[in-house]
Amino acid sequence: MARTVTNQRKFINTVAAWAVGLLIFFPILWTILTSFKTEATAIADPPVFLFFDWTLENYRVVQERSDYMRFLWNSVIIAGGSTFLGILIAVPAAWSMAFVPSARTKDILLWMLSTKMLPAVGVLYPIYLIFIKMGLLDSRVGLTVVLMLINLPIIIWMLYTYFREIPGEILEAARMDGATLREEIIYVLTPMAIPGIASTVLLNIILAWNEAFWTLNLTAAKAAPLTAFIASYSSPEGLFYAKLSAASTMAIAPILILGWFSQKQLVRGLTFGAVK
Amino acid sequence: MNFKTAFCAASAIALVAGTGAYADGHATTLTIATVNNGDMVRMQGLTEDFTAANPDITLEWVTLEENVLRQRVTQDIAANGGQFDVMTIGTYEVPIWAAQNWLVSLNDLPAEWDADDILPAMRGGLTVDGELYAAPFYGESSMVMYRKDLMEAAGLEMPDAPTWDEIKAAAAAMTDKDAEVYGICLRGKAGWGENMAFLSAMANSYGARWFDEEWTPQFDTDAWKATLTDYLDLMNNYGPPGASTNGFNENLSLFQQGKCGMWIDATVAASFVTNPQDSTVADQVGFALAPDKGLGKRGNWLWAWSLAIPAGSDSVDAAKKFVAWATSKEYTALVAENEGWANVPPGTRISLYENENYTSAAPFADMTLNSINSADPTNPTVDPVPYTGVQFVAIPEFAGIATQVGQEFSAALAGQQTAEEALAKAQALTTDEMEAAGY
Repeated sequence: MARTVTNQRKFINTVAAWAVGLLIFFPILWTILTSFKTEATAIADPPVFLFFDWTLENYRVVQERSDYMRFLWNSVIIAGGSTFLGILIAVPAAWSMAFVPSARTKDILLWMLSTKMLPAVGVLYPIYLIFIKMGLLDSRVGLTVVLMLINLPIIIWMLYTYFREIPGEILEAARMDGATLREEIIYVLTPMAIPGIASTVLLNIILAWNEAFWTLNLTAAKAAPLTAFIASYSSPEGLFYAKLSAASTMAIAPILILGWFSQKQLVRGLTFGAVK
Repeated sequence: MNFKTAFCAASAIALVAGTGAYADGHATTLTIATVNNGDMVRMQGLTEDFTAANPDITLEWVTLEENVLRQRVTQDIAANGGQFDVMTIGTYEVPIWAAQNWLVSLNDLPAEWDADDILPAMRGGLTVDGELYAAPFYGESSMVMYRKDLMEAAGLEMPDAPTWDEIKAAAAAMTDKDAEVYGICLRGKAGWGENMAFLSAMANSYGARWFDEEWTPQFDTDAWKATLTDYLDLMNNYGPPGASTNGFNENLSLFQQGKCGMWIDATVAASFVTNPQDSTVADQVGFALAPDKGLGKRGNWLWAWSLAIPAGSDSVDAAKKFVAWATSKEYTALVAENEGWANVPPGTRISLYENENYTSAAPFADMTLNSINSADPTNPTVDPVPYTGVQFVAIPEFAGIATQVGQEFSAALAGQQTAEEALAKAQALTTDEMEAAGY
């Protein structure tokens, strides 16, 4: 029998959900508001919330000083490329682990995850030296590969979890109808796992977009993405919070818009298999 | 999508990602790593003057936060990565990196660059064994910035060269906690370039030192005890709340909002606090030399953001041309022409302080010059020491040790431990680190 939900309870739930949502969104909102303030208003105490002289001056200065489009293009290439390459490798890997597991599959999965437990700085120097030898420093190819490798365990884990929810009998039926392995993965498994793959793609684009350790350490001028763009507005001597906020707003805007439009897909994918 | 399409798409991504590596194949491209300070930003805006005179040289900028930049260039220079042709480094790095043969000597810059015009204190800090390894872009010391109106209301007058006792009396007289006005604002945030820059310089004026001539740590001496006790007294009685997390920017913000009676910090702050666009007290700011204890040393530091060329650069000649341009007298004139005399990079050249246009546009010019001249990196303390550097010790281990010591002193300011406990821990950890480093 369905549980009845009283109006009062609905109201409390709605208010609580909005409160939590606003609390989480507040730092981003504050950054966006600060980007429209003057430097003096940005540090005013007590802080000014909405009633100040709104200005676009910070955006003008940031546009003038930095080649925003170059940073943005680098971010798009690196985040998109690393996710795409990651999915190409992860789909067959997750298929084999989900549908043809061996005695060591669980160990391999755990071992893959364990690589995420090592602090990135622990392998910085070896990777830096490899990049020097291969001429990959400050190149989008190098960064795309590194970010793909870093996010690969997460991609495989997520896809493995989604694939496990798909009944093996359907794949068996396809095989009995004469489908080859390739056809089975492409025409039967992939369409059924599209919500899961879509949310994996979105999550990995967000992770790669925000990655700030490798992107700052392995780039200089040519391949630097938006994380380097934000870092260039942080100053040890001088208060440039409004300009820093303008740069941050410009850097997060594309990913925020992408997240906004794909939130249905994202939620569907992340809760996929939660209810049987 | 079949595998062929996927493969093609992957190849396309690799191709697009790879473009850029082939750009600028003919011209020499200089990659310049720098911090995001006002003077550096101004330089980026004026580089057309350089590229117009040198059409075969293209400039690319990498602007990073100070700590990220330091880590990034250290890593690149140690691994001989060759990512940067010119880098902005401080007075601390120059002697250490020069000793490792990581930097190109700049002794052969053209005669018109006029090395003799560089302020002796700056030149001394950037020279190792007679070789100049970095050209100072702008220099700074530290001084007292105070509110003239509050001093007047308190019936006091700030001497040009105050003592620590006079600073304490002024702080007590100006403090009005109900009105959120605090007599003195000082750095409290932990870090070798944060609270330890201030405290090391203050300790020099108290007759304290980091090490004796045998490299034995000196935190167990009376001079250090007096330094830390007086600092904590000043801050606890007359400082703003939460001072243990205040660095340069936090104090700048407090001062600009009229909440500090005095602020002892970098001379470069003078142009910020006197700028009426950002500061509510712009017309009420006075300047004085950093305080002393009558022992012959003042509590001011010396720092220069300088341009250096890493030994791994493959465009050394072009890089030297750029360094000579950016630190020349002609560049100073170019900034003055475009942005006004008050905005030229200060603290590097004698001729700037002889220029009436500058001294009349910058009310803080004399005090900045006197502060810089009164700091001596080769003889920073009352008693002799085996190291150079005023607010730092020019050895590679210093940054790590001083950051840990800074954490102990910051914890004392936050009330988590006493001055004695902080000093005992500082002595123990410095002794351990120095022994491990083989001193």
